[in-house]
Amino acid sequence: MALKTDAVGKTYPPVGYAVGREKIREYAAAVGEDGALHHDPEAARAAGYADVVAPPMFAVVYASKAVAPALFDPDVGIDFARMVHGGQDFVWGPPVVAGDEIATEVEVKDVADRGGLAFYVFESRSTNQDGETVCTGTWTNIVR
Amino acid sequence: MSALEPGQALPELRVTPDKYLTYRYAGASGDFNPIHIDEEFAKAVGLPGRILHGLWTMAQVARAVAAAGEGPEALRRLSVQFRGMGFPEQELAVTATVKAVEDGTAVIQAEVEQDGRRIIRKGEAELRVG
Repeated sequence: MALKTDAVGKTYPPVGYAVGREKIREYAAAVGEDGALHHDPEAARAAGYADVVAPPMFAVVYASKAVAPALFDPDVGIDFARMVHGGQDFVWGPPVVAGDEIATEVEVKDVADRGGLAFYVFESRSTNQDGETVCTGTWTNIVR
Repeated sequence: MSALEPGQALPELRVTPDKYLTYRYAGASGDFNPIHIDEEFAKAVGLPGRILHGLWTMAQVARAVAAAGEGPEALRRLSVQFRGMGFPEQELAVTATVKAVEDGTAVIQAEVEQDGRRIIRKGEAELRVG
């Protein structure tokens, strides 16, 4: 079956995310990040941060909302019943702290058949309120 | 923390996700895919039962690697491939080895094993170390 590849290069409108202190704490607790900088605003301020600091993998929280519309886009045409998350890459910039306003843009980077498996690769670029890139994500989904 | 050297193994991270972990992580992350939180659904689609979120498991790799650095900004990059499924109530182990150190950045390889199965492989991280 020929793979539909015309969505490659398609971009989606930025999706905003307001980073909350309790959300950072909740996420940090769920993944076992128990360091004071993720939970205690006083400790974070003493270390030079404006508020509690998000663990790096918190990128999942602010970027996923932006990736979802691309994943579900009929133009991309993913067969969800057969989809698995094949790989993930994150590159981090400046830290994200409670109070930040993040905007994430997503692009369909690649759709390719590799040995009978369909690879769908999305790139997310998340920037903060100062225009700094806080995280670039590469999301690889495989459809069997 | 003494300087990292190529070939050096980082301290192994062992963690056992409890029975309710996938529900807490679903709420924390926003990923409510039923294969993670609905035993019957998971079995109906051919899985042995509810499986762990791959990105939760990846967060364990992030934790294990970042522990070798200084502060919340040390981890600069992390890349993994998900292979196999992880399950609640079984211990998993994150192992990591320093591959190279150059210009204040350590390149670290990592993988995750649970009950003899490698569920994350080809993990590669960049950690600022100086």
